[in-house]
Amino acid sequence: MSHHPIIQTEHLTFRYTTEEGAAPTVLDEVTLSIESGSFVAVLGHNGSGKSTLAKHMNAILLPSGGKVYVNGLDTTEEAHLLDIRRQVGMVFQNPDNQIVASVVEEDVAFAPENLGIPSAEIRQRVDQALATVGMSDYARHAPHLLSGGQKQRVAIAGVLAMRPRCIVLDEPTAMLDPVGRREVMSTIQALNRDEGITVVLITHHMDEAAQADRLIVMQGGQVAADAHPSQVFQNVDGLRAMGLEVPQPVALMYELRRHGLNVPLDALTVDDCVRALKLLLT
Amino acid sequence: MNPIIETRQLTHIYSQGTPFEHVALDGVNFSAQPGEYVAIIGRTGSGKSTLIQHLNGLLKPSSGQVLFDGEDIWSTKAYTRAVRFQVGLVFQYPEYQLFEETVYQDISFGPRNMGLDQEEIDRRVRQSARFVGLGDEVLDKSPFDLSGGQKRRVAIAGVIAMEPSVLILDEPTAGLDPAGSAQILENIRTYHQEKGACILLVSHSMEEVAREAERLVVIHRGSIPFSGQPPQVFAHAAELEAMGLGIPAMTQVFARLRDIGISVPPAVYTIQQARDAVLDALKRKGQAEWR
Repeated sequence: MSHHPIIQTEHLTFRYTTEEGAAPTVLDEVTLSIESGSFVAVLGHNGSGKSTLAKHMNAILLPSGGKVYVNGLDTTEEAHLLDIRRQVGMVFQNPDNQIVASVVEEDVAFAPENLGIPSAEIRQRVDQALATVGMSDYARHAPHLLSGGQKQRVAIAGVLAMRPRCIVLDEPTAMLDPVGRREVMSTIQALNRDEGITVVLITHHMDEAAQADRLIVMQGGQVAADAHPSQVFQNVDGLRAMGLEVPQPVALMYELRRHGLNVPLDALTVDDCVRALKLLLT
Repeated sequence: MNPIIETRQLTHIYSQGTPFEHVALDGVNFSAQPGEYVAIIGRTGSGKSTLIQHLNGLLKPSSGQVLFDGEDIWSTKAYTRAVRFQVGLVFQYPEYQLFEETVYQDISFGPRNMGLDQEEIDRRVRQSARFVGLGDEVLDKSPFDLSGGQKRRVAIAGVIAMEPSVLILDEPTAGLDPAGSAQILENIRTYHQEKGACILLVSHSMEEVAREAERLVVIHRGSIPFSGQPPQVFAHAAELEAMGLGIPAMTQVFARLRDIGISVPPAVYTIQQARDAVLDALKRKGQAEWR
């Protein structure tokens, strides 16, 4: 797999302009490069700038300063807009706000129809997108009768039908129950692993962030940490000071270390935790 | 003690008599004591929202009864109205329901409807703002200028201002970051302790309910398969998983350790309990090795 960047930000700065002219800085000189084919999670408390960063990745927002490039294309150049939106798709928190049609397959076909793609190809793209998210059986169903997790998978299929190289998901599981969350997370992992699609996942859930191969922590509009999740989550005190948490297994390891036990802090999952405790207790 | 709120054989059928007929609640007996902190857990579509909407008379039972303080809430019009002030309901994403020009006006909406005098309204607005950690300087602002977490606290304050003896919150921490969630849960705890109110917390987060509530009530397909203190409920780990509810990460870890023959207690669901259980197991192991 090639390792060239799909998204690059260079000294990206963003300020909202308000009526009073006062303009709080939301993003402050953020320089990042997202490798093609990677799975990146972005964590940060409310107001840390993480959603604003996400919205720069397909030109929903444009920089107040600095640059954003999508596959080398400058997002401020209007001529590139359609191309950028085709390459980077967005999925938002509330599935109900993203579904436009009254039949699932029509909803998935909405974007490719707008691109003027021939109908035979649309048919093929829709079928494939629904298969990828495991919703083929629901192609003729009414979206409003689906569960939250199913709706969110339809929204993802709608983005997939554009054949993007990268999907940016802004808290896609925030409104879902545990089963819905699991469905969406395994769909996201499959997209990255099997389809090679670059995934940028904005989340509040530490256990979701732990599944990525790279974790970026935003704080005050800047990048506060950027490494593999197993490394980032070792900074338990630092993350807590930022109003964040660590996955439960890491929190237990941290407590045990405070009691002088030699256990690894990089136990991100239940499996890791069981392994470490087994070693300790047998 | 008599329950403050109770349902007897409560059944609710949506779109009864149409092809879309759906039994959302099926003979549910639910009760909560004055001052109790109860968590209601269930998947989307399990019937938990239907249940809580019966508790303050937003929905009428298809059959069965809802009692507040021992009396059917539908007994008289006046009683139904009184119960709506006594049983406060905070919906999911309540910040979308803010509508007044200032935070003060928004919080005072409930007490104004109760017909209280100006002085009492003022006392309640300020007190409930304090309960949710909003300073006086916020009261004159437009609610739309606040952050998401602050807006949600304004919405909760608006319900608290009616000083309900039963406060129901439908997923009050959904979509908030860990610090925002912790703050809201602490606000709820403060109201619970200072007012002695009964709290009904609807949540998807097993870690959250395990930490906050004295008793858990599981709703699945319109009925209550089990309820009890967290250790009793989490002992049904396999059934909870099958219902799509998930169990706390720590409970999973300790169930797995027991499966591989390590002697640890079954009812572990918080980090503190897990830590103590590990330290305890180590101590026992150390003693065994010395012998």
